Amino acid sequence: MSLDRADVEKIAHLARLALSEEEANGLAVDLSRILDLVAQMNQVETGGVDPMAHPLDMVQRLRPDKVTESDQREKFQSVAPMTDQGLYLVPRVLE
Amino acid sequence: MLWEPVIGLEIHAQLSTESKIFSGASTAYGAAPNTQACAIDLGLPGVLPVLNENAVRKAVKFGKAIDAEVAKRSIFARKNYFYPDLPKGYQISQYELPIVGPGHVEIVLEDGSVKRVGVTRAHLEEDAGKSLHEDFQGMSGIDLNRTGTPLLEIVSDPDMRSAKEAVAYARKIHQIVVYLGICDGNMQEGSFRMDANVSVRRKGEQRLGTRAELKNLNSFRFLERAINYEIERQIEQIESGGEVVQETRLYDANNDETRSMRSKEEANDYRYFPDPDLLPVEIGDELVAEVLGAMPELPDAKRRRFRKDYGLSELDADLLTTTRVQADYFETVAQACGDPKLAANWVMVELAGALNRQGLDVADSPLGPEALAALLLRIRDQTISGKIAKQVFDAMWRGQGSADSIIESQGLRQITDDSAIEAVVDQVIADNPQQLEQYRAGKEKLLGFFVGQVMKATQGKANPGRVNLLLKAKLSR
Repeated sequence: MSLDRADVEKIAHLARLALSEEEANGLAVDLSRILDLVAQMNQVETGGVDPMAHPLDMVQRLRPDKVTESDQREKFQSVAPMTDQGLYLVPRVLE
Repeated sequence: MLWEPVIGLEIHAQLSTESKIFSGASTAYGAAPNTQACAIDLGLPGVLPVLNENAVRKAVKFGKAIDAEVAKRSIFARKNYFYPDLPKGYQISQYELPIVGPGHVEIVLEDGSVKRVGVTRAHLEEDAGKSLHEDFQGMSGIDLNRTGTPLLEIVSDPDMRSAKEAVAYARKIHQIVVYLGICDGNMQEGSFRMDANVSVRRKGEQRLGTRAELKNLNSFRFLERAINYEIERQIEQIESGGEVVQETRLYDANNDETRSMRSKEEANDYRYFPDPDLLPVEIGDELVAEVLGAMPELPDAKRRRFRKDYGLSELDADLLTTTRVQADYFETVAQACGDPKLAANWVMVELAGALNRQGLDVADSPLGPEALAALLLRIRDQTISGKIAKQVFDAMWRGQGSADSIIESQGLRQITDDSAIEAVVDQVIADNPQQLEQYRAGKEKLLGFFVGQVMKATQGKANPGRVNLLLKAKLSR
């Protein structure tokens, strides 16, 4: 299984990553190798193995439904590029 | 050419928890922007989500209410996309192994028949923030207070065949989540939001047509209108030789039409994968048993019980169980006054009318169920007639006191004493010799005239039954 440059560029765009031509070419080779490894692992008989969703063999701890956070807007917004009337400002997005 | 619409709904119900699904920030509606968006909600580096137990319980409750399988083990996944109201760059949702598996609800169609609608699944996820597009220095303003509010996304099977059926299903789900107390159901505040998947196919065709997804449907009325518009649009498209494209369309209530949203075929490539920040969730028998133990009576069961225990008609039972508050109100009145049918009539006609005129909900009724029952008791023991009772009801509504105090102070007590009524009857007969003659000559429908005269002379207070009896006896003498 192999990925070409176009596949890599599509994935990079979805992840909002800027790649140079050289990087894209290199990644196409690297990612293809990873897929080859996966294909190789797919050959292994795993019928008797339970699928795993997480490497840790533990279950999710649940938190009691209590409000424990206080308002720290000022602190958070001190590092935001732009704010106005308590809102974070971003380049205009309109459907 | 006959066309058959095929409709499925995705409903997002905000779960009414105190805190967010993965953080301890408050979920209260209407706070100043970003004052309830903590480091976890903002997706700042180094934070870890911890799942809210109450959100899990509420999801389990829903699953049990629609007769669905609740997953013993369920996992969270990342749904990746970039939008400013989702600062992490992904939404934590569920993909494989959702918490609630296939279930179903029953809806009543217009012709009275019952239809079963399948629920494919329901999964937990976090809500996104809000983008405000008014002018903020030429930019968009982002409020992340809603970010991380727990949502239950309820996905139906494509079982609906008309906009009306889709509305009946949506109302049913709304009724269930509100009955269960897992969602406040407030549509203005966005607590209950609907998307519709709509396609059409030729009647008899088994394959599904290409569907469009309608977004932004925040009322049952808009849901119905948007689906009807979309059905027409798709049929026209196909009949004029074109084809339907799979896309997301936005309903514009002002122009009553659906519009294509900026094409985003690649944005639909969400690249789901299990969220490494969250371990698998295991739901033990103990938790399920606790949830079942706290399960309220559901609308369908309540409706059946009302029919059986109170002898109500299907329609009355349906109306009176619309909401839990309404049903509880009726039951209190029925039990306190001892006459369920009388209680049903008063709750559905007089009370509902008065509430309607002022745009109030039963929960905000100025008249409590005990007060109304006290009035109905006076009809039952014949202290007042049903007609006078309406007058007393109006006075009670205006806050003039209890039924008994109004009846006393306004002297509305019914005259049941035969001698008192007899005196009036004699007087009325004496005053109307012409009518008396006509009556005795065979014009018996004049009885009504005499009854009216007696009621008028007693300001409606004479017992109508006694008046009839006495008049008949005296007139025919």
